[in-house]
Formats: sequence, C-alpha cells, structure tokens
Amino acid sequence: MATEFHNLQELRHSASLANKVFIQRDYSEGTTCRFQTKFPSELDSRIERTLFEDTVKTLNNYYAEAEKIGGQSYLEGCLACTTAYIIFLCMETRYEKVLKKIGRYIQEQNEKIYAPRGLLITDPIERGMRVIEISIYEDRASSGSSSGSSSTSGTSAR
Amino acid sequence: MNNCEYQQIDPQALSTPIPTPTLPQPTVVVEKEKREKARKKWEVFPGKNRFYCDGRIIVAGQSGVLPLTIGLILVTTGLFFVFDCPFLVKHLTVFIPAIGGVLFVFVVISLLQTSFTDPGILPRATPDEAADIERQIDSSGSSSYRPPPRTKEVMINQQVVKLKYCFTCKMFRPPRTSHCSLCDNCVERFDHHCPWVGNCVGKRNYRFFYTFIVSLSFLTAFIFGCVATHLALRAQGGRGLMFALQESPASAVELVICFFSVWSILGLSGFHTYLVASNLTTNEDIKGSWSGKSGAEDTVNPYSYNTIITNCCSVLCGPMPPSLIDRRGFVPVEASSQTSATEMELPMLPVKKETNVVGGPALSQLPPHAFQCAQGTKDLLGSASRSPCPTTGKPQPVAAADPAVTFNPALISDPAAMPSLTCGGRHHSHTTSPPDEPRHHHHHHNRHHRTRSRRGRGSKRPALHISNPAYNASLSPPSSPGPRPSHTGARDPRRDSIVALH
Repeated sequence: MATEFHNLQELRHSASLANKVFIQRDYSEGTTCRFQTKFPSELDSRIERTLFEDTVKTLNNYYAEAEKIGGQSYLEGCLACTTAYIIFLCMETRYEKVLKKIGRYIQEQNEKIYAPRGLLITDPIERGMRVIEISIYEDRASSGSSSGSSSTSGTSAR
Repeated sequence: MNNCEYQQIDPQALSTPIPTPTLPQPTVVVEKEKREKARKKWEVFPGKNRFYCDGRIIVAGQSGVLPLTIGLILVTTGLFFVFDCPFLVKHLTVFIPAIGGVLFVFVVISLLQTSFTDPGILPRATPDEAADIERQIDSSGSSSYRPPPRTKEVMINQQVVKLKYCFTCKMFRPPRTSHCSLCDNCVERFDHHCPWVGNCVGKRNYRFFYTFIVSLSFLTAFIFGCVATHLALRAQGGRGLMFALQESPASAVELVICFFSVWSILGLSGFHTYLVASNLTTNEDIKGSWSGKSGAEDTVNPYSYNTIITNCCSVLCGPMPPSLIDRRGFVPVEASSQTSATEMELPMLPVKKETNVVGGPALSQLPPHAFQCAQGTKDLLGSASRSPCPTTGKPQPVAAADPAVTFNPALISDPAAMPSLTCGGRHHSHTTSPPDEPRHHHHHHNRHHRTRSRRGRGSKRPALHISNPAYNASLSPPSSPGPRPSHTGARDPRRDSIVALH
C-alpha cells in the first residue's frame, strides 16, 4: 500500500492514526534511562530494522551522556551545593542541554526517516521518560475502515 | 448554565436556519474559548498537589507541619540574633552572627527548595499506553476470574527485581519508584513523604533535603553552643545560672528548642548519611529489600556502586534530572480529537472546526449540551462554551479509569508475590505523629520503625487511604502481622468504582 508522506505537515493533515507502539524501558543496567532495542512486530512492514535500532541506540547514548556521572557533573553538583542550589534557577543544567539535543534529533529523524514511512516518534520526555511512543499513520484515502476500528481499539482495554 | 433563562420562542426567529446566525458568533465564542481553553498542564494535574505562581511552585496536597518548621527555625534564629548575638559580639567575635547568618540562609533556602520542588513525580500513563499495557497483561495472563498479580520481573545488574503495577497511574512502576498515597503520585526514587517539609522526598529533591537536614543540624548545634556560651559567660563570677537566665530569658527558650532538636536532627542526618553512602532509600531500608529480610539469601543492592565515595557523589552531585510533569506547558489538543471524531455530528460546523483547534478534550461534551439547551441560539452557544469548563479537568482519568474498575473487586493479590508495600502505612505514621510530638523531632519515629508498632495506626488507614483503595487492598499485607486482615476483604467494589473515577 502506498503510504508516502513527504513531510510532517502532510502526515498530520491527510492521515489518520492507526496504531501506537510503545517501546518500553530497559532496566537491565539500573535506573538509568535506556530503551529496549527489541524491534516491535507492528513495525515490521513499515521500517527497516537497522534504521529503528540505530535511532533507539542513538537515543540511549544521548541519555547515557546526560546522566553520566563524571567530572562535569561533579563540578556542577558541588558548585550548586555551595550556592545553596540557587544556581539551578539561573543556569541550564547539562541534562537540559542534552534533552534539547535529543528533541532536535528526534525531530530530524521524524522528518527524514519516519514521516516518509507514515510513522511519528514522540519524544519520551512527553511521556515521562517511560516509553518511546511511535504512532503509525494510515493514509485516510486508502484505509478508511481500518482507521475507524483501530482508533477505538486503542482506548478499549478488552 | 446560569444564563439559560426561559425565553418565549419567536416563530419568526425560528424560520431562519440555525447555522446562519451562528456565523458571526464563532469568532466571539472562539476567542472566549481560546482564553478559557488554553489551560496549562498544572491546572489539569490529576494528583493531589497544589500549584502556585502559575505552576512554578509545587506543594503537596497537605502542607503537613511546614509552617511549624519554618516558624520554629525563624523564631529560634531570630531570638538568637536579637538576644544572644550582641552579647557574644561584644565578648567574643563578630564571626558568630556571620556564621549563624550563613547557616540560616542555607537552611531556609534548602528547606524551601525541598518543599517547593517536584520530587520526581511520574506523570500518569496516557490512555493509549494504559491500554497497551493491559493488552500485554491479558495476553500473557490466565483467563480465570481473579486476574493474576500484576508484577513484572526484571534483571538489574544480575539481581531480580519485581516491578509492581500501579492502579492509579496505570503503569508498571520503574524500579525504586513508589506511589505516595498522600500526594497520589508515583515518585521516582521515593524516599519518604516528609510532613515537616510538606512534600515527598524523591529523586529530584533528595539533595535539597539532605542539605537541609545537615545544615539544620549544624545550625541547631551552633545556636546551642553559642547560647550555652552566652549563659556561661553571664553566669561567671559566681552569679549563677538563674541570674543569667533572668537576664536573658529568650536564651532559655532557644536552649530548650535546640537541645531537643539537636539529638533528633543529628540522628536523622547520620541516618541519611548512611543511606547516601550505601545508595539506599528510606523506603528500601525500612522494607529491608536488600538486606535479605524478604527471604532470598543473596540479595544485594543492585544500584550501589560499591564504593562510598561513588555512592555519595552519584546521589548528591549527580546530574539534576528534569521535571517530568511539565507543569507550565499547555494541555495538548490532539489527544482526544480522534476519540471524539465519531461524535461530531453537529450542524454547527464552523464552531466545531474552530474549537477543535483549541479545546480538544471539551469536544465530547459539546454536542449533548448544545442540543439540550432549548432557548435562543445565543444562549445555546453560551452554554455550550461554558459547560465543558467544569468537566474539562479530567477527561483522561475518567476514560482510563473504566478498565480499572472491573479489576478492583478482584484485586486480591497472591500474598507471596506482593511484598508488603509499607509506604502508605509509613505515611500515616508520619502524618499522625507530629501532633503527638510537637517538637523539632524530624523522623525519630522513622528510625524506630522496627521497634514501634504500626498496628496502632491501623484504624486510621481506611479513611486516609480512600484515594486508592485498589492499591491498598494489596497493601494490607499478611506478611506483617497485626489486627489488619479485615481490610483486605472488606473493600466495597462500588466505593472502588466511585473513587477510581476521581
């Protein structure tokens, strides 16, 4: 089926949401933020496995960089402690800087790779860093019945 | 709906079709709706927190004894500066008020930051997410009447850790996350709910809390020492302590307060220093999650870095995680536009199209009210724009609560699978203790948890736990003996369903 979308605007206006896939967190290394790289079956026909895994691995690397405990984070922490943490009101922390980078990366990935395939990645920060939500869009013209049924299946639990 | 007056319907007015008079209206209605509907996320926050300064400041639902804490600190330090410092500056050194001032500033700032910072609240699962998780549970669980206990096991650093499902937040809690029933939120790296600061202590404000108690212990010790020196200097020359106290009665007040505070706060600081050094939370320490109490022999703390310095640095100097609840962002509008798409059979097409942009959650309430109000068209539009307001607050929890309602009556979990969740019990031991011990007595009972029985608090639990009875049905654990088993079976399913829709 031809679900070619050339940009995100086109995706949102002419397509309807068919399904959502949630990539859960991977806790095997503790409470640091990592997402599972297991390829979900719903995306089998939509995107190549390697592209998806690259995206998730890059995101994992970004989060690891944000949460890295090293020289810079110690400096930031000690400086903040000596100023009674007032510095947090003025300065942008390293974590926030990395989150902005992640936001830009996700937008770039959406524009270049995912939107042309009818997919959309939601930034995990908007879901409480619990999941990476990937929305699957169907072209409204080609699959009217399936979009109608799947929008209700998303909300009915049983 | 207070503008809906009865009006004599004019047959001439009815002859004109309804959409036409509405065309000049939409712009007015839309602007009013834009002003009403562009709500910030803190306004629709489902937990029990309160927000000030347009979402910049977050406080727990119950402020606990935070005013008392602030009052005691201010009064004691004020008396110190007014009554003791002049004497000490004259007889000793000017550094005394300087040091006192610095400590006081540290204490107040860290206290305010502990109280007003988001402790690491996890936002609740979106309906799609919750449905996805339910599907996964159903596909793997049995189809008997009682659903299997909702836990998931993960391996963290070669240690098996059970993740529990939170019925309020509709998600599997990440490791070290716990649900605070006082605030009705899941909090990451949950330590405890502190009534003295009126907030939960979790991942984001633990360092502020630690700074607060350490600086407070220094401050109280410092004031105690200075006041004792002051009285000793006054009592010199054989004049006696009573004479000194008569000359400076405020010092007596400070002495009493500081004497009782120093022990408890120093003790608390020591306890938390131990927790920081071993990378534990109060919650885990009390439950004995990693000390082998829950049965398994070789449980070690999988989060510890095994060196004290690294543990301390990671807890206190680690990167500051961002707030996940995004209090000041705007409520997204495309969230329920797909679910309400089927209900959009309005003749008022222009109005619908405009309001779709600004007030997604309100749309599902728009049609019934629009048709029920049988007066002039102006009132019809006015009521339609006003009526969604009271109910816009919680569209998502209402929709998402329905699947949970069916589970609540049958929630009794396998006792072996659900280790006791004591944060609820401990919260109430915290909130009920301050009236008993109105001293600067932070968490003395916290350390005595193992000796002091929680059974006396049992009678208070149903009333206080009303917000999340499903959670607490599994909470009344057989593993800790006491006169509480009646709670497990006595949950009224109707009350559960009513409460779950809050």
